[in-house]
Amino acid sequence: MAQTVFEPWEDPDQKPLIQFRNVTKRFGAFTAIDNLSLDIFEREFFALLGPSGCGKTTMMRMLAGFEAVSEGAIYLSGQDIGPVPPNKRAVNMMFQSYALFPHLSIWDNIAFGLKRDRLPKNAIGDRVSEMLKLTRLEKFAHRKPHQISGGQRQRVALARSLAKAPKLLLLDEPLGALDKKLRQDTQFELMDIQEKTGTTFVIVTHDQEEAMTVASRVAVMDEGRLIQVDTPARIYETPTSVYVADFIGDVNIIEGHGTKSGDGYDVTFAEGQPVLHAKTSRDLGSAGKCYLAIRPEKVSISAEKPEGKTNLVKGAILDIAYLGNLSTYHVKLASGQIIKAQTANTRRIARRDLTWEDEVWLSWTETAAVVLES
Amino acid sequence: MRRLVLIAVPYLWLLALFLIPFLIVLKISLSDTALAIPPYTPTLDLGAGWAGVKAFFTGLDFENFWFLTTDELYWKAYLSSLQIALLSTIMTLMVGYPIAYGMAQARDEWRPTLMLLVILPFWTSFLIRVYAWMGILSREGLLNQFLLWTGVTNEPLTILNTDTAVYIGIVYTYLPFMVLPIYAALEKLDESLLEAAEDLGCSRASAFWLVTVPLSKSGIIAGCFLVFIPALGEFVIPSLLGGSQTLMIGKVLWEEFFNNRDWPVASAVAVILLLILIIPIILFQRNEQKQREAEG
Ligand SMILES: Nc1ncnc2c1ncn2[C@@H]1O[C@H](COP(=O)(O)OP(=O)(O)O)[C@@H](O)[C@H]1O
Ligand SMILES: [Mg+2]
Repeated sequence: MAQTVFEPWEDPDQKPLIQFRNVTKRFGAFTAIDNLSLDIFEREFFALLGPSGCGKTTMMRMLAGFEAVSEGAIYLSGQDIGPVPPNKRAVNMMFQSYALFPHLSIWDNIAFGLKRDRLPKNAIGDRVSEMLKLTRLEKFAHRKPHQISGGQRQRVALARSLAKAPKLLLLDEPLGALDKKLRQDTQFELMDIQEKTGTTFVIVTHDQEEAMTVASRVAVMDEGRLIQVDTPARIYETPTSVYVADFIGDVNIIEGHGTKSGDGYDVTFAEGQPVLHAKTSRDLGSAGKCYLAIRPEKVSISAEKPEGKTNLVKGAILDIAYLGNLSTYHVKLASGQIIKAQTANTRRIARRDLTWEDEVWLSWTETAAVVLES
Repeated sequence: MRRLVLIAVPYLWLLALFLIPFLIVLKISLSDTALAIPPYTPTLDLGAGWAGVKAFFTGLDFENFWFLTTDELYWKAYLSSLQIALLSTIMTLMVGYPIAYGMAQARDEWRPTLMLLVILPFWTSFLIRVYAWMGILSREGLLNQFLLWTGVTNEPLTILNTDTAVYIGIVYTYLPFMVLPIYAALEKLDESLLEAAEDLGCSRASAFWLVTVPLSKSGIIAGCFLVFIPALGEFVIPSLLGGSQTLMIGKVLWEEFFNNRDWPVASAVAVILLLILIIPIILFQRNEQKQREAEG
């Protein structure tokens, strides 16, 4: 049996769980969210990614019901949730500050939402035990929040927000307060829990690596607008704007003048430099200003001039950043541009032949660069 | 050495300002009345040497404490003081909590002004403020004039020189002691806790009872003790606003000292009052301690 790929956004018959329809949110004269439309599907792990202040928390707060939309509407399972107060929404939120109740034990924190539903005592007990087990907190059930570590508190917050089995779980920078190692472990734990519970997760982060790791789709935001919504791979490989290309990972951006040629564009970017060619299915008009975005790991570097390459430039090594598994070479072209090339360090350091101020050749394939409009 | 000095200073302070006065009062309570200056015997005669000290100690007895049990006035006054202090503490809490809550909800730029309004009465003499209440509560006072003018009553109400006036006076006087600790607790309350409670299914009202109230508990306890402890020994308010039937131990104490000039019995009354107060004072300290630990 062929494994079905999880891509509900590609299927026109799928009904989205959440729909933002032309949502605008203003605080006084300030527009925090600007005419935004977005579909999020059931069982998705959806990441909102963007710089601080771009409106991520505002999006979450509108979903949770703490902020009303100024214009437009938000639908949950097809129902407009505008008039539904936060305590009546099948949505739970894990707060950026965790917001654990300091006067209650871990057990009571997790049971808090269940008790509000007036479930029978043993049902509450069972559910709390289940949540404690899921988040590996059994031993801490009777401690108070100030008696456990930051990582454990984060898991309590997660357990508490999952306890009511919401249709939608909102996580606002859930890992922000954890150190790097714990963050990475917790990311996988989150994915695992998301898969086990089948809950739809919307996570906010300003860490692009985190978004790429956990999410089925990523929305890159800036100033209250969606810039691109796509799978992590497509966001990385085929960004649709310079902003996204630049925001996600390391990238070389070359500004130039493009003219349509065959199945792509020819780009002249500086006097005395060869014309570059990049394939693209996108149509940017017959000629005009454009940008090429090339990931450093897609640029090959060599001391000898390679044969038969379409995109080939010459420069001198300005700087080498040794990252252990990788090295990034900063190469300055005669025309002044600096292009980064990255190679895997499969050989021992002593046997590598490139060093500062060496003349080198950089090359990349026709499909390596992405052509972007200005 | 430095450490020793640092520790010694507060203890010397306590010794000078609390323990020595207490021992003096305790000593007087064990003495007998006398028509002399000071109005009690024995007095310590160090000139007579060892015999003088011995005579001094044999002259002390518990007669005055025994006397307190023989006259029902005293234990009735203690009980009535406890009742008045307790009821007025509850009333102060009921008035003070909403005020503190309102202050904590107010916009940041308003808070210093509101705080000032709460503290402002302290800047005028306590006696003047109590006299002002006499002017307000008397039969010809502002309150009655207002009630007659609006037609709520046809007859002026007798409020002054009743227990009601005492309650009004105590609630008014000690309100800031209730408001400030509660406000301090509410102001620290993290807004996101209430949102979390709502997110988990609480209505606004139940979030208040389940989150706001428990988290301001230490402020409530501190405020209640700060009102209850001084209210128990209060004598100015019952003397000026209360009637002849208002029985409070502070008033009895005052009368023993200054009307009857029976210093030994008055001192015995004071010692018992202090012993009664020790329990709430210790509880108050424990609450403060727990609060500091929870924050630390
Ligand atoms: N209650 C509010 N009143 C006024 N401005 C607000 C309020 N909440 C958020 N904002 C503004 O909206 C913008 C987006 O905020 P937020 O959603 O918190 O950003 P992010 O979570 O992406 O960092 C910010 O410029 C912020 O100052
Ligand atoms: Mg935020």
